[in-house]
Amino acid sequence: MSSDPLDEIRIVFFQECSELLEELEDGLYAMRDGEETDDTVNAVFRAVHSIKGGAGAFGLDLLVSVSHQFETVLDKVRSDQLETTPELIDLFMRCADKLQDLVQSAKNGQDSDASVCDALVAELLRYDAPAAAPVAAAPAASGDEVAFQVAPLDFSFDDEDDTPAASGGWTVTFTPHAELYQRGNDCCHLVGILKDMGAVSVRVETDNSPAWDSLPVETPFMVWTVEMPGDTSEDDIREVFEFVEDDCDLKVERAASDTPAAPQADEFGFTPTQLDLSDDPEDDFVPQKLDLDLDLPADEPTAATPVEASPPAAEPTPPVQVDDKPKAPAAKPAAAEKKTEAKSEAASTIRVDLNRVDRLINLIGELVINQSMLAQGFQSLDAPVSQQLSDGLGDLRQLTRDIQDSVMAIRAQPIKPLFRRMSRIVRETGESTGKQVQLVTEGEATEIDKTIIERLSAPLTHMIRNAVDQGLELPETRLDSGKTEVGTVRLTAVHRSGRVVIEVADDGAGVNRKKVREIAVEKGLVDIDAELSDSEIDNLLFMPGFSTAKAVSNLSGRGVGMDVVKRSIQALGGRVSLESEPGKGSVFTISLPLTLAVMDGMIVRIDDQLMVVSLSEIIETIRPTAAAVHQLTPTQRVILVRGEYVPIIDVGFELGFRPRLEDANNGVILLSETEAGDRSALLLDGIIDQRQVVIKGLEENYGEVPGVAAVTILGDGNIALILDVDGLLRLSEDTRLSDAA
Amino acid sequence: MTELEPNISSANNVKCISFDLGEHEFCVDIMVVKEIRGWSKPTPLPHSPAFVCGAINLRGTVLPIIDFAMRMGMPQTEPDASYVTIILEVGNKVFGIVVDAVSDIVTLDFDTLQRPPELESSVEESCLLGIIARDDSMMRVINTDVLFPRQVAEAA
Repeated sequence: MSSDPLDEIRIVFFQECSELLEELEDGLYAMRDGEETDDTVNAVFRAVHSIKGGAGAFGLDLLVSVSHQFETVLDKVRSDQLETTPELIDLFMRCADKLQDLVQSAKNGQDSDASVCDALVAELLRYDAPAAAPVAAAPAASGDEVAFQVAPLDFSFDDEDDTPAASGGWTVTFTPHAELYQRGNDCCHLVGILKDMGAVSVRVETDNSPAWDSLPVETPFMVWTVEMPGDTSEDDIREVFEFVEDDCDLKVERAASDTPAAPQADEFGFTPTQLDLSDDPEDDFVPQKLDLDLDLPADEPTAATPVEASPPAAEPTPPVQVDDKPKAPAAKPAAAEKKTEAKSEAASTIRVDLNRVDRLINLIGELVINQSMLAQGFQSLDAPVSQQLSDGLGDLRQLTRDIQDSVMAIRAQPIKPLFRRMSRIVRETGESTGKQVQLVTEGEATEIDKTIIERLSAPLTHMIRNAVDQGLELPETRLDSGKTEVGTVRLTAVHRSGRVVIEVADDGAGVNRKKVREIAVEKGLVDIDAELSDSEIDNLLFMPGFSTAKAVSNLSGRGVGMDVVKRSIQALGGRVSLESEPGKGSVFTISLPLTLAVMDGMIVRIDDQLMVVSLSEIIETIRPTAAAVHQLTPTQRVILVRGEYVPIIDVGFELGFRPRLEDANNGVILLSETEAGDRSALLLDGIIDQRQVVIKGLEENYGEVPGVAAVTILGDGNIALILDVDGLLRLSEDTRLSDAA
Repeated sequence: MTELEPNISSANNVKCISFDLGEHEFCVDIMVVKEIRGWSKPTPLPHSPAFVCGAINLRGTVLPIIDFAMRMGMPQTEPDASYVTIILEVGNKVFGIVVDAVSDIVTLDFDTLQRPPELESSVEESCLLGIIARDDSMMRVINTDVLFPRQVAEAA
């Protein structure tokens, strides 16, 4: 609830980051699949660049350093100095993964492991170095001061070692533009940092300043020249100006250099000169940077000298790289057009607070109920209804359904980002287990509720890891059994009868039923003599505390595996099952509701109240017989279900609606499984119906009610309680304890 | 308390909705009244205090209904369709109270509000902000802040 404006900006930054990271991944996938075009590379570059920019503003140094180096190498790819190889793309992907980690930990305010970043940066530097040499040589070879000004911008991206060694200190020439002040930066502060770094002297040129009385206050005229000691690294100096580099002319050069100290030159004549040259197609090293520079004078209000190449001043676009070929002046307008196009495309989506959407969904839900009540009301009228009226009612029904569908679609998101994240898991797991895996995804466009996507991430990650770590065999084993060396994990999503079905399939060895059975017996999960079908054995994997991996790897097999997965999927109103064929692989199937706001429920009667039990919690319904029900203690009854005694929970009594049902045979039993995997039998008065219900919270205006998970609104507008099976179990334990006491 | 406190000290024309409960006349600051609707049968909530009748659906919002008479220490009402539910929004909680009938909108001079004298029932006292003499009748001003006790929500 902080009102700190910086916090708000942070939130926006992280939102943007996740969008950018998605863009980045999309781009990298396109590159991997050989769909590399200039646009994709540019998109990837832009994404990294934007992340770096934002990270800098928040002082996220690690993020800056990785993205910075990443960007540099990408830049080389962009300018065709570097060929993309599978290894390079793999490195890029790992960098993207790391960026994601860094963003995540920054978001949570955690520290990140710098050593991993350093390793990545070092790897990136390897790609950087060979190409860096000629670039570094260029400024040295060129006596032209203009070329020199351009070159240092590249320098900052290069390894420091490539800088030609020179004696003497550095001369830093810094010409702030008006934008620098407009964005709230302060030259004194920047120079102050240099001073702290050991600046030898600081000089301010005011030669260009007009007389005081005619001084335009918003136009900067001063040029700062700072002499820095020779032992300072250029990177350090540039770092000081990192966040203002687009808003100033900055030169960092060896004092011993032949180039005359810049301040003596006419600064404002100087800038246009640079512009002319930067547009020169002959000036062919790192043209992107030149494009970058091209825009600077356009932003520069002091660039009074008209320049033919200058884009119209009315186009104050940020320096976004549009093309990777050197631009002839004539090509510029076309490029600008392209930019506008891209912008208008981006504007076709809006970012909306989720609460607003939810409110809309709520209202529409009400509209639907209201409409059906209205329709019912007319039906119960005995008076003849005119054709016009019944048509109108029909249209109203159609319209409300359409509105409901459209509004639900707002919350629905394609599952693609989640699948993309999984490919990273496959990559990492494959690497650490020494298995070769390819991930095949299908149905990425399948849409599902945003919240479900978010909460599906953890269980799906676990399942994918499991599939790679325990499902797939090692390459040698695979070859021996006549399979290809590379294992396949297939991730598919599809809409099926109002639900989303996600399958995680591997072509590994399948479930080793013998071993599973042994372990289950060993851990006391099943009786040694128990007759179990194949599918029952497979589903033992979902039992709490079960883990087949002999050694506990750091990936999976911590014994909290599949039961946690099952539970989190159940919490989403979903079901999970496993089919396996020895030698051919296993298929996990998750079935999920389309939205969390709606669930499949069984409408039951308790006393004279209608209540709802989530279908995902019900294993089976039983009509109790006198033979099966046993009175264990005066307050505790059990029912025998296939050789297992299951405690009976009298729901009506536990909720305080009626006394204990004397004869359990008058009721109906719902067999349900609790979070801990225990079974319990809910004793109800009757089952009415099965239908989809809209879930509503009770906490908002009232509070938590033990034994009640939420409420729903029935077609007649009345409220029905949704039972919380675990809560009921706790309630019954409490009553039993108090009875005993 | 915070809702009405400024009114007590400053306002001398506070608009209130007055309603009847048996022989008695009560009123509540109009600013906390969201709407007034006919009585509809609420769904009972398990393990709730006796004065909570249950919950109703108000256009998608689920809100608890309080038997106002019982809350004031009077016998439980057996409401039918002639009864009225006043929906109140206090703080961020919305709830309804069942009363016999809503009678009027009155403008009260809160400067003349008298603290309730020591009464037998502490329940009733805590729910009353004070009383105001009007002509020959007595108007009881409800303290909406404690009407729906916080501990109910927590204990429930």
